[in-house]
Amino acid sequence: MAKRIDATSVTAYYGSFKAIEDINLTVEPKTVTALIGPSGCGKSTFLRTINRMHEVLPGARVDGKLTIDDQNIYERDVDVTAVRRMIGMVFQRPNPFPTMSIFDNVVAGLRLNGVRRKSVLEDAAERALRSANLWDEVKDRLGKPGAGLSGGQQQRLCIARTIAVEPQVVLMDEPCSALDPISTLAIEDLMFKLKDRYTIIIVTHNMQQAARVSDRTAFFSIEQTGDPGRLIEYDDTQKIFSNPNVKKTEDYITGRFG
Amino acid sequence: MTTTTTAPPSTAPGQSPQLRTRRLPVVASLGIAVAAVVLSAAVVYGAGIGGTALVVALAVVFYLVGLFLASNAVEGRRQARNRTWSALIHSAFVLALLPLASVTWTLVSKGIERLDGNFFGTSMNNIGARDPNGGAYHAIIGTLEQVGVATLITVPLGIACAIYIVEYGRGRFAFTIRFFVDVMTGIPSIVAGLFVLAFWILIVSPYFNDGRPGYSGFAASLALSVLMLPTIVRSTEEMLRLVPAPLREGAYALGIPKWKTILRIVLPTALPGIVTGVMLAVARAAGETAPVLLVAGGGAAINFNPFENNQSSLALYVYQQAGDASRYAPARAWAAALTLVALVLILTIAAKLLARRNRFSR
Ligand SMILES: Nc1ncnc2c1ncn2[C@@H]1O[C@H](COP(=O)(O)OP(=O)(O)OP(=O)(O)O)[C@@H](O)[C@H]1O
Ligand SMILES: [Mg+2]
Repeated sequence: MAKRIDATSVTAYYGSFKAIEDINLTVEPKTVTALIGPSGCGKSTFLRTINRMHEVLPGARVDGKLTIDDQNIYERDVDVTAVRRMIGMVFQRPNPFPTMSIFDNVVAGLRLNGVRRKSVLEDAAERALRSANLWDEVKDRLGKPGAGLSGGQQQRLCIARTIAVEPQVVLMDEPCSALDPISTLAIEDLMFKLKDRYTIIIVTHNMQQAARVSDRTAFFSIEQTGDPGRLIEYDDTQKIFSNPNVKKTEDYITGRFG
Repeated sequence: MTTTTTAPPSTAPGQSPQLRTRRLPVVASLGIAVAAVVLSAAVVYGAGIGGTALVVALAVVFYLVGLFLASNAVEGRRQARNRTWSALIHSAFVLALLPLASVTWTLVSKGIERLDGNFFGTSMNNIGARDPNGGAYHAIIGTLEQVGVATLITVPLGIACAIYIVEYGRGRFAFTIRFFVDVMTGIPSIVAGLFVLAFWILIVSPYFNDGRPGYSGFAASLALSVLMLPTIVRSTEEMLRLVPAPLREGAYALGIPKWKTILRIVLPTALPGIVTGVMLAVARAAGETAPVLLVAGGGAAINFNPFENNQSSLALYVYQQAGDASRYAPARAWAAALTLVALVLILTIAAKLLARRNRFSR
C-alpha cells in the first residue's frame, strides 16, 4: 500500500524565480522522512511538488521527474486529482472548511468523492478522529462548526480530514508549529502509528522532533538569498544527527548557522 | 490623587506613566450641548437669518468647539481630540441617516392611506379619473414576474461568469471579459431598454407573434438582466477572490476535483456575500422604470403571462400615477412606492435568512 517516492532532478519555479534546483532523493515506503533547513530554502516548495500542489499557484511550474512506485506523476496524461487522492497533505496553518461542521470537515474528502452511505461516513469519521487524538474532545459536538475549535484542535481536525481518505503518502508541512507540547506528542505518536501503513514526509524546524520521529532526514539549504534551494545531505536520521558528512549540516544542526 | 495636571501625563523615561486622569463628567457634555443649542438659537433668531435647520447645524458646530475646549482644559489635548473626532463621526452618521429616515417617513405616512385590500386586490382596468378605487395588483404581478425571470436568468449566468473570471480565466480573454463587465456596469437603463426594443421586440418577437412585434414582460426581464448581470458578476467576483487560497488547496489535497471544490467549498464560503450582491441587483432592477415602459408597454389590466402582451410594474405604476391628472392618483402612487420598497426589503431579509440557514446544515 505505502508508496516509494523517487525524485530525480526536481526543479521548481515561481514565475521566473527558481526556488529549488536539482533535488534528487528516494523515500522508502513505510518510513518517516524529515525535511529540515533554514527558512526560505524550499522545503515547503519541494513538499508541494510531491502531490502536484505547487502548480496550483499561477506561474508556478516544475521540471524533472517524480515517480511514485515507478509512475512519473509529471507525465502529461496523469490525473492530478488521482495523484492528490493518493498523496494527502497537512498544511502549516490549519485550514478547516469554514462552512462545514466538524463531522462534515472530516468526511469532506470521502463525501465529495462520492461516498454517500451514512454508516460508512460515521465509521470513517470516528476512526480518523481517534487516530488524530481528537475524538474525545469533539465527540459531543460533531455538528458544531469546525472553525470554532482552537488552533491546535483545528490542526488535528485537518490531520483527521487527511487520513480519513486513506492516502498512501502523507505530507506534513510543519504540522506542529501551532500546537502545544501535548498535542505535538499526540501527533508524533500518530506518525508512529501511521508509519505502519503510510509513507510520511514531514517538514519541521524542530530538531528534536526530526530526531524523534524520522527514519531519514534531508537537509536543504541555500547559498544566499536569491539562490535556489538545494539538497545538501540526505541520510539516516541517526547519521545526520550524530555524524553528518557535510560541514554545513553539522553547523545547522548544532545551531551555528541558519 | 496627588497631582492635578491639566496637561497629558508626561512620561519621562524610567518613570511609570500616570494611568488615572481627570475625566470630563457626563453632565458637562450635556451642559455643553444645551448651551450650544441655546446659543445657536439666539444667534440665528436674533439675527433673523434662518430656521430650524440652521439652528441645528450651528448647534453642532458650537457643541464640537465647546466640547474640545472643555475637554482640553480638563482632560488634556489627546482626550480632547479623541472626543471631538468621536462626536464628528457620530454627527456624520446621523447626517447620513437623516435622508433615509426622512424618505422612510414620507413614504410610510403618505403611502399608508391607500394601503388597503382594494389596492392589493384590483388592477387599474376600467378605473376612470373620478374613481377613487383601483389598485396595483397587476403591477405587483408584473414586478414579481419580470424581476423573478431576470433573476433566474442572471444569477446562474452571473455566478458562472464570475467563477470563470476568478478560477479559470487566464490572460487576455478573461481580462477582456472583466473590462466589458465593468463597462456594462455603467449602462444607463434607458439604453438597456432601447437595446431590447431594437433587438428583441422589433427583430425577434415577430416570429412568435404572427409577424407583428409585441410587448411583453419577458422583454422587460431581458432589459433588467442586462442591468443586473454586471452587478452580480462584479460582486460575486470580489467575494470569490476573498475566499482564502489555502481553503482551495486544502480541498485539492483531499483529492477533490476543482469543479467540486468550487461548487462545494468555495461557493458556500462566499455565499453570504454573493447573496448580498444579488439582492443589490434585484433591488436596482425592481426600481427600474424606463426599460419596462419601453418594452413591456405598461397597461392597466392584469396579465399573468410574461411572454405575451403588455405588463406593468410597480415602478412604472408609480411613474404613471404620479403623472396622472386624477386627484386619486397621487395616493395610489405613494402606496405603490411603499409597496415596492417593502417588497425589496422582504426579499432581502428572506434571502439573508436563507443564506444563513444553509450554513452548518448536515
Ligand atoms: N508563492 C510564492 N511566490 C513566489 N515565491 C515564493 C512563493 N512561495 C515561496 N516562494 C519563495 O520560494 C523560496 C522557498 O520557499 P519555501 O516556502 O519553500 O521555503 P521553506 O523552506 O518552506 O521556508 P519556511 O521554513 O520559512 O517555511 C523562498 O525564497 C520564497 O521566498
Ligand atoms: Mg515552509
